[in-house]
Amino acid sequence: MMTQTLVTETPAAWKDGKRGLWMMGVLWPALPLISAALALSTGMGLFWWLTPVVIYGVLPLLDRLVGEDRVNAPESAVAALENDRYYRLATFLFIPVQYICVIGGAWLAVSGGLPALDILGLAVSVGLVSGAGINTAHELGHKRENLERWLARITLAPAMYGHFYVEHNRGHHVRVATPEDPASSRLGESFYAFWPRSVWGSLTSAWHLEKVRLERQGKSVWNWRNDNLQSWAMTLVLFGGLALWLGPIVLPFLIFQGFIGFSLLEVVNYLEHYGLVRQKEASGRYERCKPEHSWNSNHTVTNLMLYHLQRHSDHHANPMRRYQALRHFEQAPQLPSGYAGMIVVAMIPPLWRSLMDKRVLAHYQGDVTRANIHPPVREKILAKYGAAQPQTLEA
Amino acid sequence: MDRYECNGCSYVYDESRGDIHNGYPAGTLFSALPDDWCCPDCAVREKPDFVKLEETAA
Ligand SMILES: [Zn+2]
Repeated sequence: MMTQTLVTETPAAWKDGKRGLWMMGVLWPALPLISAALALSTGMGLFWWLTPVVIYGVLPLLDRLVGEDRVNAPESAVAALENDRYYRLATFLFIPVQYICVIGGAWLAVSGGLPALDILGLAVSVGLVSGAGINTAHELGHKRENLERWLARITLAPAMYGHFYVEHNRGHHVRVATPEDPASSRLGESFYAFWPRSVWGSLTSAWHLEKVRLERQGKSVWNWRNDNLQSWAMTLVLFGGLALWLGPIVLPFLIFQGFIGFSLLEVVNYLEHYGLVRQKEASGRYERCKPEHSWNSNHTVTNLMLYHLQRHSDHHANPMRRYQALRHFEQAPQLPSGYAGMIVVAMIPPLWRSLMDKRVLAHYQGDVTRANIHPPVREKILAKYGAAQPQTLEA
Repeated sequence: MDRYECNGCSYVYDESRGDIHNGYPAGTLFSALPDDWCCPDCAVREKPDFVKLEETAA
C-alpha cells in the first residue's frame, strides 16, 4: 500500500474524472471579488455578504444535491497522478487571487466610502479567504519541495497563523487523536471550549518545537532561523506595508479578517477528529495513526473547493500523499455532510452533539470509554453513554 | 555509516548526513536519535518502524 509498487498496468488507462474540476479551489478566493463586482455595479449592499452565504449556505446544499464521490485512483495510476504538475498549478493559482482579495479588500475598506455594515461583510469575506488559505498552505506545507513549502508560508500570512506551518506537521500530526493534541477535539467538548484550547495550545506547542529544534543546533529560540518568527514576519510585512500605504486605520480590518480566517481553520480542526482516539499499546506508545482516527467526508463539491482536505483519514495515515491521490477508506468514520455544512453545525453545540455523539459511540460499538472524552464532562458523558448497549446508526 | 528508511513514506535517514535542519549533525548515529524520534517527513512512523537499508554505500 505504502511502498513504491511496480507498475503492471498502463497508468494512462485510468483518467481522473475530477482533473479539470480541481480549478474550483481558485473559486473560493474569487468569491469576494465577484461579490465586490456585484455590489459595486448594482449598488446593492447585500452582495457584500455573498461569500459567507455561498460557503455556509450554497455549498452545504450543493453537497446534498451532488452527493458523494468514493472513487479511488488505482495504485498503478498514483505515481503519474502525483507527478502531474497541473495539480500543483491548481494550488499555486489560489495564492495570487488570495492576495488580490486581501489587498483589494483592505483598499476598499479604507478608501471605498462604504457603510460600516458593508465593510463588515467584506471583512468576513476576506477572512474566509484567509481561512481557506490555511487549507491551501496545508496542502503545500506537507511537501518535500522547497518551493511548495515557501508558498505555504506566504499563504498563511494573511490569517496571522504562520506557526501552523510548524505545529501542524511536527505537533498535530505526531499527537493526532490523543488527549495531548490541542487540535484534536474531544467528545463532549463544544467548539467554543475547543477554540481557546486549540489556538493557545497550538501557539505554545509551535514555539516549544522550534525552541527545542534550535537548541539542538546550539542556537537560541530568538534566532532568525526560527520558522515561527520567519512566518510571523511575513504577516508583519504584509500588514505593515498595507498600513504604510492606507494608514493605520486598515489594521482593525486586517486583524479582524485574520481572526475570521484562523477561526475557520479551528472550526475545521474541530470536525476532523472529534472524539476519536488512538489507544495506547503495551509499549507505552500510541497505536499508529490509521484511517479510523480521522473523520472522513466524500462530499464532492466541498472536496473540490478544499483540495480533498475532507479525505482526511487517508491524509493522516499517509500525509505525504498529494491531494489528488487521497483515498476513501470504508473503515474510516464518515461525517454526515461536507465540511461546509458541518462547520455551521459545529457553531451550534447542541445540534453538533445530537448529530455527532451517536456517531462517535457507534464508531466504538457503544463503548464510550474508547473515545477521547473531554475531561471536564467525563462523569456526565460516562453517566449518559456509559451503560449504553452497542448501537447502530439510524439512517 | 548506515541508512534507515521510513517504512511508510520512504524518507531515508542517512547517518553520514544526519538531519541538520532538525539539529542532528552529520555523523549522528541512528541509535543516538531520541527514543521518541519520529519520521521528519510523515510524522506517522516512529523510530522502531525504520528499516536499515542493506547496501554498499555509494
Ligand atoms: Zn515517513
